[in-house]
Amino acid sequence: MIRRFRWSTLALAVLGVSSLLAFPAASAENAGHIKVAKGAVHIERSGQRLAVAVGDAVNTGDVVTTGADGSVGITLLDNSLLSAGPNSALSIDKFAFDSTTHQGGFEASLRKGTLAVVSGKIAKQSPDAMKVKTPAAVLGVRGTEFLVRTSGPQDQ
Amino acid sequence: MRPWIGFAVLALIVLSGCAKPARDDLYVLLPGEVGSKTGALAVESGGQQQVLDQGYAAARIKEPGRVETGTVTPQEVQQAFGPALAAQPVRPASFTVYFLEGKDEFSPESRQIITQIVANIATRPAPEIIVIGHTDRVGTVAANDALSLRRAGRVRDEFVKLGIPPDRITVAGRGEREPLVPTGDGVAEPRNRRVEINVR
Repeated sequence: MIRRFRWSTLALAVLGVSSLLAFPAASAENAGHIKVAKGAVHIERSGQRLAVAVGDAVNTGDVVTTGADGSVGITLLDNSLLSAGPNSALSIDKFAFDSTTHQGGFEASLRKGTLAVVSGKIAKQSPDAMKVKTPAAVLGVRGTEFLVRTSGPQDQ
Repeated sequence: MRPWIGFAVLALIVLSGCAKPARDDLYVLLPGEVGSKTGALAVESGGQQQVLDQGYAAARIKEPGRVETGTVTPQEVQQAFGPALAAQPVRPASFTVYFLEGKDEFSPESRQIITQIVANIATRPAPEIIVIGHTDRVGTVAANDALSLRRAGRVRDEFVKLGIPPDRITVAGRGEREPLVPTGDGVAEPRNRRVEINVR
């Protein structure tokens, strides 16, 4: 009885360690805040779909989505501005920013929809430290304002 | 009759496959705001890269690996991106107020600037205010660290007095480490006795 108990404990421990290895703790970092929200806007976070209000935090790992009548504006901690139009899905993949040195990195993915970007201090400090991806392309940002629309057959 | 139905269904499936709309990606570089320069945007797809470096330069991708460049008009931009552009947050802004030598007292013109900053903050939803104090190089490093923080605290107190919620304000002091005008140690420099206020 005791022996079986030990084996199962060991099995649980192995399972625990292997799951830790398979899913390294993705600590969500604050990246910015919602400043504008019109119509249906949600954040998908850890499997939950949260309604969004002005002032809410946007963290790494979040996917910000808008409905057919929705649009959203986000100001990041490095003063970058991101705003998405209707039927959009924007994933905040990575964000790191040192407010003293202005070093850092930012990556986001526009899975569908439209996005307007004004780059901030990260892109100013180190060119190519800011990247925006779509299903079809990778954009390298060198201190600038730009627009992205992505739509594939899967969105129609 | 039956075989015809089967054929019709098959034809429909094939046609719908063909009629699948192609990808219609559009990437546009905007001219920078007046006074700031237009940057550049590198668009890379399937190993092919195009660099946009003029205002209203555009890249289209109908299939991955084929990046076609051209230009768009401001009207086309408005049509394709109107709602996204309309949702753009108010642009961040920064201000500086100056202080009297060795003190946390505002210079005479700084009071008026404080009023302007508070008016600017009032236009912002969920404002974030970052207040960073600095000193010149008169006095010790430790004393200047403390003085820079006191100066930043004075600005925060003034904002709170004028109705800004304290939890919206972050305060920091950088002492004499980040002079606006570099000087030797012990040099009095009014332009370095300042507090920077960043709002977004």
